[in-house]
Amino acid sequence: MQRIVEFFRSFLLLELFRGMMLTGRHVFARKITVQFPEEKTPQSPRFRGLHALRRYPNGEERCIACKLCEAVCPAMAIHIESEKRDDGTRRTTRYDIDLTKCIFCGFCEEACPVDAIVETRILEYHGEKRGDLYYTKPMLLAVGDRYEDQIAADRAADAAYR
Amino acid sequence: MNAWLDTLLTLFQAQLGAVWGPFAFELVTSLAFIVCIVGPLMGCVAYLTLWERKLIGWMQIRRGPNRVGPFGLLQPMADGIKLMMKEIISPSQASTGLFFLAPIIGLMPALAAWAVVPFSPEVVLADINAGLLYLMALTSLGVYGVIIAGWASNSKYSFLGAMRSAAQMVSYEIAMGFALVVVLMVSGSLNLSDIVEQQGRGYFADKGLNILSWNWLPLLPITVVYFIAGVAETNRSPFDVVEGESEIVAGHMVEYSGMSFALFFMAEYANMLLISTLTVLMFFGGWQAPIDSVVTNWIPSFIWLFAKVFVVVSLFLWIRATFPRYRYDQIMRLGWKIFIPMTLVWLVVIGAWMQTPWSLWK
Repeated sequence: MQRIVEFFRSFLLLELFRGMMLTGRHVFARKITVQFPEEKTPQSPRFRGLHALRRYPNGEERCIACKLCEAVCPAMAIHIESEKRDDGTRRTTRYDIDLTKCIFCGFCEEACPVDAIVETRILEYHGEKRGDLYYTKPMLLAVGDRYEDQIAADRAADAAYR
Repeated sequence: MNAWLDTLLTLFQAQLGAVWGPFAFELVTSLAFIVCIVGPLMGCVAYLTLWERKLIGWMQIRRGPNRVGPFGLLQPMADGIKLMMKEIISPSQASTGLFFLAPIIGLMPALAAWAVVPFSPEVVLADINAGLLYLMALTSLGVYGVIIAGWASNSKYSFLGAMRSAAQMVSYEIAMGFALVVVLMVSGSLNLSDIVEQQGRGYFADKGLNILSWNWLPLLPITVVYFIAGVAETNRSPFDVVEGESEIVAGHMVEYSGMSFALFFMAEYANMLLISTLTVLMFFGGWQAPIDSVVTNWIPSFIWLFAKVFVVVSLFLWIRATFPRYRYDQIMRLGWKIFIPMTLVWLVVIGAWMQTPWSLWK
């Protein structure tokens, strides 16, 4: 008996029709496509995008060339050279991030004792030559200067969980 | 139209003489009719690709292409231009002549088969009495393009795809042939126009309900078998092990690029349209209106045909969006152990039915 029922069930394609009803219903379902340039998906304040070097409000750069980020970077994308400045503080003379190596893990951000290197929400950037994605210190500082408000707001929003 | 053709004929005779005049007239008019069929067909093929992407997108809760032109309507043009600009690469170890011949051989039968398709009671390019036989022959020829492509590419994946395609086409050709034999039996004609006309006669058609007297209802299992065999024959999902992108990349198309690849694609979609049209002609009453009323009869017959083909071809896409790919041995099992016995049994059942006093087909 069981076998006869099974036979008719498969012979009449019942399960197949049920499957087709399911996909058929979805034709009229509300679409979940995010139409990218006009619409964007919500981002977390912890979003790890393009890197930036921050400054203190008085304009002094935060980075003290401790090289913790260089040490922690699993992709070895960060390259730092430092020197003693005239006022006796240690500062970087070079701070390069090769974004073609970077895996955007966020370890540099976590390692930084002075919140100098951060990852911003920016994800829409590109390079036309390979060298374009080799970010040097002035470029990183420029990103930081331009998006400081956003970076500070994100840090504040996430501060409670750090 | 006829008066216009007659003046053209006299013009040709006056210019080229009594022998060459009619010959040239035949040539020119036939070519013109062929262009009239193949041109819109190519347009349909192009927009079928768009409709496929749209419909499958909707079924996957996406929007489908909507960037190129309003509602993505220029997407097929963009695709076509892209493919035309691409370089046609030929593998160094390939058999070049056959390699470039294969896509043409694949596309040719898909287009040639349209010669016998009646678009309305009068409009058919070649109203031949062996139409069904011609169609059987041409739909079987399609496999040669695939096999030659697979062999000439000199690549493992292509070759595997070609082997699979050959085995699959042979298996389903038989079930399809038997399904057509049943249709042939009930309509008593190989002429496609007659097959359509026959469906408009019978108990329900006299009452004005054409839709119930079409072949699909009395021949329901055969309709389903024919349609599924058609899906298998066109190598569409869920029978697309020939392409099987997760196993053999794209089967026979692996080595093709640019327009030579596009020809395979066009052949696949033209075949899909062809199988849908044949399903409509043989089981869903071709150009006939579903019910006999003033409004439905006012709508031109080719619009009814087009609407029915659209529905059936959408069913192809719906199936593709719903089912996962069959395993190869399951395809063979379905073809040989289910479809062929089933159509054979139904052949006998219908044959016996036709001998009883309750026969619908007299």
